[in-house]
Amino acid sequence: MANDQSLESPGVVVGTVCAIGRSAINAVQQAGRLAMFFVTTLSRLFYWPFPFAEVIKQIHFIGAKSMPVIIMAGLFTGMVVALQFYDALIRFGSVDLLGSVVALALIRELGPVMAALMIIARAGSATCSEIAIMRNEQQFDALDCMAIDVYRYVMLPRLVAAIIAVPLLTAVVDVVGIGGGYIVGVLIQDVSYGAYIGGMVDTVQWNDVRMGLIKSVLFGAVIFCVVLAKGFYLHIEQPVSGAEGVGRATTEAVVLSAILMLFTDYVVSAFLL
Amino acid sequence: MSAVEAGGEGAGAPSQAIIQVTDLVTHYGDRQILKSVDFSVNRGEIMVVMGGSGSGKSTLLRHLLALEKATSGRIVVDGVDIGSASRKQLTELRKGIGVAFQGGALLSSMSVADNVKLPLRQHTRLNEDTIDIMARLKLELMNLSGCEDLMPAELSGGMLKRTGLARAVVMDPKLLFFDEPSAGLDPVTSVELDDLILKLREAVNITMVVVTHELESAFKIADRITVLFDGEIAKVGTPEEIRACDDERVQNMINRRPRKDPVDANKYLNRLTAGAR
Repeated sequence: MANDQSLESPGVVVGTVCAIGRSAINAVQQAGRLAMFFVTTLSRLFYWPFPFAEVIKQIHFIGAKSMPVIIMAGLFTGMVVALQFYDALIRFGSVDLLGSVVALALIRELGPVMAALMIIARAGSATCSEIAIMRNEQQFDALDCMAIDVYRYVMLPRLVAAIIAVPLLTAVVDVVGIGGGYIVGVLIQDVSYGAYIGGMVDTVQWNDVRMGLIKSVLFGAVIFCVVLAKGFYLHIEQPVSGAEGVGRATTEAVVLSAILMLFTDYVVSAFLL
Repeated sequence: MSAVEAGGEGAGAPSQAIIQVTDLVTHYGDRQILKSVDFSVNRGEIMVVMGGSGSGKSTLLRHLLALEKATSGRIVVDGVDIGSASRKQLTELRKGIGVAFQGGALLSSMSVADNVKLPLRQHTRLNEDTIDIMARLKLELMNLSGCEDLMPAELSGGMLKRTGLARAVVMDPKLLFFDEPSAGLDPVTSVELDDLILKLREAVNITMVVVTHELESAFKIADRITVLFDGEIAKVGTPEEIRACDDERVQNMINRRPRKDPVDANKYLNRLTAGAR
């Protein structure tokens, strides 16, 4: 038994080191692919004609079609934030600060993050699946053979649309969330209307709005860069093709884009605060 | 030995080659797919590339379309060396090439008409009315009149292929590639598609490269046939020369005889018990 273990242990160690090495190489390769993909797609901004019609179509898909889920997310986020802060502030006799706190939390942090999470769940996953299916069905090969630039024709409109739509949706989350806070604070908990709205107007500054805006623009770029690249590189990154490959790529895209979005959130907050 | 030389006997004097492949070697990872392939296609002819599954015919097609990078070798298509061509040269070359993919490869977010109009919208300055007329003409040629507003998901396999073909010929290419045109089609639709290919050649005299493993279809439409086996060219010649060829591998394929691979019992058992300890 002891002999068996001594024979097995070097193999286990070597195997573990190999696995860590493979993961590291894989991570570096993936980061490189993502960076190249992002730069190549953005470089198509300077090609003429710019695909305006496709950008508008994608803004409709990412933005307008996400409105119901964004409104619901914003409303309940605002309500729960107001409820939690009311419970905390009342202990210090500072419920008049409720409007300021809800607005700051939403505009700086929760609005961009909630909007981004909803976009990942709805439009991000759908876009990744669409792109992966296009890869599976040789649609990118067909575009290449027709001398149509895939980055300009397919990727750029989606990326630009996301960079435009995510800040707009974030604004919707902020406004609806403040409304949700108003319902809980003013209508249910009897905080004064003047204190809620007036406190908000006095406290929120342009810098707070700018922080939310910068975050949401970057979130749009990060999320769609990941979901587009994950679908586009399906044939390189996934060990299987077909429906299973599409499913795996979509799952990985959702997880990775959420993690990178939160990482970006921290980095931007650290720089701007 | 080039394919023109290989197929030269009985195939008549080779005219000017529009495709010339020299010593093409390709790998997927460690696996060698094409082993020093020499191959050429003359202007105006229908060249059929045949071979069993895994013989490398689809890989060869992808290289001819510049969709893959070769390990070594040279591919010249219509005077353009694909390996060293700039992006601009490739774009110009591709504007003169049509490709009919196995499953159609239609953009799923667009209607049939929009798919066919796509190359015209991207590469020409024609007005929308002219583009509309040109797309309808090609769809009519493919017996797809009335299907303009259908989405790809609403089409049958044969209709998908014919729409893909309409899109491939809408720019009036001088070179047309087909990837398994008959695969997955019922016999009647398959024959119709073969007739369509011949009709197209009569109408516009374009050069065609057809990758297929359908024997009946290949012998019906081909001017010359290239037979691939395990990444190597086994034979190039006219359909009659292929039928008369004494290469056992070619005869096995034509007569649908299974391969007689010697079975290594140890390898077979190892494969079955792989992973078991």
